[in-house]
Amino acid sequence: MLSSKPDRRKFALGAAASVAMVGLAPALLAQDAGEGWEQTVKKLLGDAKPIEGKVLLDLPEIAENGNTVPFTVSVDSPMSESDNVRTIYIIATANPQPGVATFHFSPLSGKAMVASRMRLARTQDVLAIAELGDGRFLMSKRNVKVTIGGCGG
Amino acid sequence: MAKARIKLPESTKVGDVIEIKTLISHVMETGQRKDADGKPIPRSIINSFQVTFAGQQVFAAELHPGISANPYLSFFMKVPGPGELEFTWVDDAGVRVVEKMKLNVV
Repeated sequence: MLSSKPDRRKFALGAAASVAMVGLAPALLAQDAGEGWEQTVKKLLGDAKPIEGKVLLDLPEIAENGNTVPFTVSVDSPMSESDNVRTIYIIATANPQPGVATFHFSPLSGKAMVASRMRLARTQDVLAIAELGDGRFLMSKRNVKVTIGGCGG
Repeated sequence: MAKARIKLPESTKVGDVIEIKTLISHVMETGQRKDADGKPIPRSIINSFQVTFAGQQVFAAELHPGISANPYLSFFMKVPGPGELEFTWVDDAGVRVVEKMKLNVV
């Protein structure tokens, strides 16, 4: 297995070529061992106080199978030069590794919306944090009841 | 990694905001599980996904073990004109899957 170094370099090159990616650390959600989700959130936000709501996190109320829980995250944004969403972070607070994914948007995005599928180890809160182009943050929380946990722990 | 599947609208117009759906087969092994002998199964996931249009970044994602096996991602693009989309997935072993697709702009 190669180290992640070449990929990271490649990523940095891509980032430098793109307006939307400038100044973003590529592995913000990659946790150190034993780091809880609170620290992850703190690292993301710094001293900023997030605006509650405004980022819509669509998840089932009850997930029968924690191995594959569909989700959609979106922000109602014109995605214009002056008013846009740069990044959305997804954090599963009770997973062994809380970071789920980081999504980066660009001037070509048109719409700040992403859908995917996540693993949830057990019943828990899932957080979505959106970083706006003007540096503000939005945050939402959704509780999901998990019948059969994912992560195959 | 096996072949990726990508779904684009059959035809689009300049200025349309289109949904792009992608799916790729991958075990997305979390690194948390143990095998029958109790030995940890090493982590093996797709950790990055990037999409460019005519060389410009459209969308990128960093994925962690919390993303399900066979990662599905749907996202949007505002069509700037005709051109080609390039999709790149990279996994922990450094394996890259690159797919190119022309966008049909009428």
